[in-house]
Amino acid sequence: MMSGKTEAQTPGSFLQDLSKVLRQNIRDYGMYIALFVIMVIFAITTNGIFLSPRNLSNLLNQTGYIAVLAVGMTLVIVIRHIDLSVGFLAGFLGAVAAIALVQWGLPTFFVIPMVLGLGALAGLITAFPIAQLGIPSFVASLAGWLIYRGMLQLATEGTGTIIIPDAAFNAIGNGFIPDLPLGGPFEQIHSLTLLLGIIAIGLFIYNELISRKKKIVYGFEVLPNAIFILKLLFISGIVGWITWVLANFNGLSWTVVVMLLVVGIYHFVTTRTVLGRHIYAVGGNPEAAELSGISVKRITYIVFGSMGMLSALSGILFASRLQSATTTAGTLFELDAIAAAYVGGVSAAGGVGRVTGSIIGALVMTSLTSGMNLMGVGIAYQYIVRGVVLAAAVIFDVATRRAAR
Amino acid sequence: MTTAILEMRGITKEFPGVKALNNVTFSVKRGEIHCLVGENGAGKSTLMKVLSGVYPHGSYTGEIGFAGQVQQFRGIRDSERVGIAIIYQELALVPELTVYENIFLGNEVRKGALIDWNETIKRATQMLAKVRLDVNPEAKIKDLGVGKQQLVEIAKALSRDVKLLILDEPTAALNEDDSANLLDLLRGLRDQGVTCILISHKLKEVIAIADSVTVLRDGQTICTLDAHEGEVSEPVLIKHMVGREIEQIYPPREHKQPGEVVLQVRDWSAYSPSLGRQVLRNVSFTLRKGEIVGFAGLMGSGRTELALSIFGNSPHYRIEGELQVKGKPCQLRRPSDAIAAGIAYVTEDRKGNGLILIQDVKQNITLANLRALAQRTVIDANAEVKIANEYRTTMNIKTPSVEQRISNLSGGNQQKVCLSKWLFVKPDVLILDEPTRGIDVGAKYEIYTLMNSLVDQGMSIIMISSELPEVLGMSDRVYVVASGRITGELLVTEATPEKIMELATN
Repeated sequence: MMSGKTEAQTPGSFLQDLSKVLRQNIRDYGMYIALFVIMVIFAITTNGIFLSPRNLSNLLNQTGYIAVLAVGMTLVIVIRHIDLSVGFLAGFLGAVAAIALVQWGLPTFFVIPMVLGLGALAGLITAFPIAQLGIPSFVASLAGWLIYRGMLQLATEGTGTIIIPDAAFNAIGNGFIPDLPLGGPFEQIHSLTLLLGIIAIGLFIYNELISRKKKIVYGFEVLPNAIFILKLLFISGIVGWITWVLANFNGLSWTVVVMLLVVGIYHFVTTRTVLGRHIYAVGGNPEAAELSGISVKRITYIVFGSMGMLSALSGILFASRLQSATTTAGTLFELDAIAAAYVGGVSAAGGVGRVTGSIIGALVMTSLTSGMNLMGVGIAYQYIVRGVVLAAAVIFDVATRRAAR
Repeated sequence: MTTAILEMRGITKEFPGVKALNNVTFSVKRGEIHCLVGENGAGKSTLMKVLSGVYPHGSYTGEIGFAGQVQQFRGIRDSERVGIAIIYQELALVPELTVYENIFLGNEVRKGALIDWNETIKRATQMLAKVRLDVNPEAKIKDLGVGKQQLVEIAKALSRDVKLLILDEPTAALNEDDSANLLDLLRGLRDQGVTCILISHKLKEVIAIADSVTVLRDGQTICTLDAHEGEVSEPVLIKHMVGREIEQIYPPREHKQPGEVVLQVRDWSAYSPSLGRQVLRNVSFTLRKGEIVGFAGLMGSGRTELALSIFGNSPHYRIEGELQVKGKPCQLRRPSDAIAAGIAYVTEDRKGNGLILIQDVKQNITLANLRALAQRTVIDANAEVKIANEYRTTMNIKTPSVEQRISNLSGGNQQKVCLSKWLFVKPDVLILDEPTRGIDVGAKYEIYTLMNSLVDQGMSIIMISSELPEVLGMSDRVYVVASGRITGELLVTEATPEKIMELATN
């Protein structure tokens, strides 16, 4: 009876199916469509420069330090909190990394885990008044915002901008993965990037097929066949195209690798593990979660701790990209991350939001900046446009949620 | 004097799946104190919400006549305009504002576009004198006790020139002196011509003050009695309130010899910092293997607080007393401790703190025991679906699939999901708080049958219920709770609705 929706009712109803699937899942697909539309618009208005290998590669690298923040922020918002301190925390920890490398002469492989650890600690400290005393996270993290801003200025006071001469450290934000030593037809192409892209597409298709098979066995709703194939083709096509473009340039950058790792790990934890389920349960209904034996406090600590660690990572990515720690590093990162999370479909009411969505949200926001820069749009107009897009995304989210009810 | 100020005729109000009011007729004479009594869920509050416009005209059928005119209230403002004021159990005052600001909130004394504070304070002082409340009008509401806050509410109603004052359980949270004082005040207001409807569970109070009493049961008017004709007495009221025969909606139950004690609670007292009062006083009880123990009592008597405090929700209470699970003293600091000790608690408020409405059926079923499905913290998705489908079959949960969002299920099926979730933790002691509230007769029967088979398998059940027939139909033993105390323990064979009501209204 419930498999009625899994099969096309009448032959040739592909378009009907498509419009139905889009209507039913508009919330989930909305941001992908938005990203696609934005890219097409900029491709046209910039005569294709926007989609050039150099620009796309740049775009992805610029997204990195906001994207990792957006992933952490998604979980913070899912459990009905907010963290305003992450921007300057990232800036401050970037400066700490620079000082450790330059003034203390510590090696990169030691500095990175140390800074990540400090970030996690900072997150736990932010969580303390929230979890233990019930202080609103807005206030607690606003205090953090002020404190880390001050600490960033203190750290860079004596020296001003700290130049980082460490090649290994700077490669994180600027370098690319090595190529396979292949000759012949692969001479001109970054073959490792190409290989990774093909593996990714293969894994994606395999996973989708397996999970579809299981769903059919359990009698769950699945997409009609034709639509399913279209979805596979569409996503494989996009991944394949990006891979091709990057492979024809410098290949995959380390920033993108870091970003993919973070998304992969967080996606796995949030969708497949007990911890992930507990986080969404706390966001969905804290009282019910508590009475189901889940410690809301513990989840709060974990989520803020992870946010702190990702702030440190963001700081490292940014300092590495600039090859220096500056006095204003991290300014407004928190708002970009929050905007990315909301554009990516997280709900302020709690319990809803995917880390993959937030990455798309981050890409949307960076694409806007990048595209408008290429078009020569003034910075003042850029803020306004991004504000309008953010408002539109949230209104869209609320409207589709209401319609779904 | 004897003309009716209020005539409600043929009022029917339906909620999805439930007929809360069925052709109710309710008539109140000008200048009387009219008490409205009935069991929880009889429809008293719904009737008052219809009257005050909380449920606007059009959302119910029937006719309201007030002060000689047919009224069609679209909201509370409409009913306030004609002189109806309602004071809820949960007071609607702003704690951080002063007494005089609260009295004229929404009805400010204006001088042009500004508020005339001098006149406000002057009039507030007059109103306070009317309700015989001796406080500084500039005091903040939060600094007053509940009794005084109640009087401020009444002063607020009087300031709007109220003709009909409705009080919903005004004395539930008051001590005896404050209650007596309030009743005295109501008599005074009556003598000044204010008509009053009083909803109360305290029958002694009703008998002391009422001119007339209307009894509601199961959304229907049972009768209206005139106190001055000597028609009103406690036994008469109880008989009308609980009067229905216990129909065959309870599966047959053998009362077997219960086994060893699994849960023992001694001298259990709890103070709630958020409510600012003692919610439980020296409660002691035992629960044996294989028995269903009913906890009867009125709403707000402390039964839910008892369950929550036992279930390890202690951050919300300051607890004194001793708890033993299977003979071993236990300190349950948080719900996970209680679950580990073999206790499960199905909450009273399914939507508020029982289910995660935005998640699906299977996620709700497995939430309390996810670790049983996980290997190294990774959830086995297949096992989860399997377990969920098992419960879906055995509990007869009607849903297209276990991936259905829980908010799309009916109340009865949601309750079955709640039960499944707690059965999945395999508890020894199952605490059910109002297990059949708001669900239909069919699902009720299924839940009763399930309870019987669970105790047959050796589980022990605490059933908190405000429905007397349910308590009598399902329990082996009954404790009656009133004002945070256990006021009686009865074997079900010796319990009658009248005895329980008497203990509960004690």
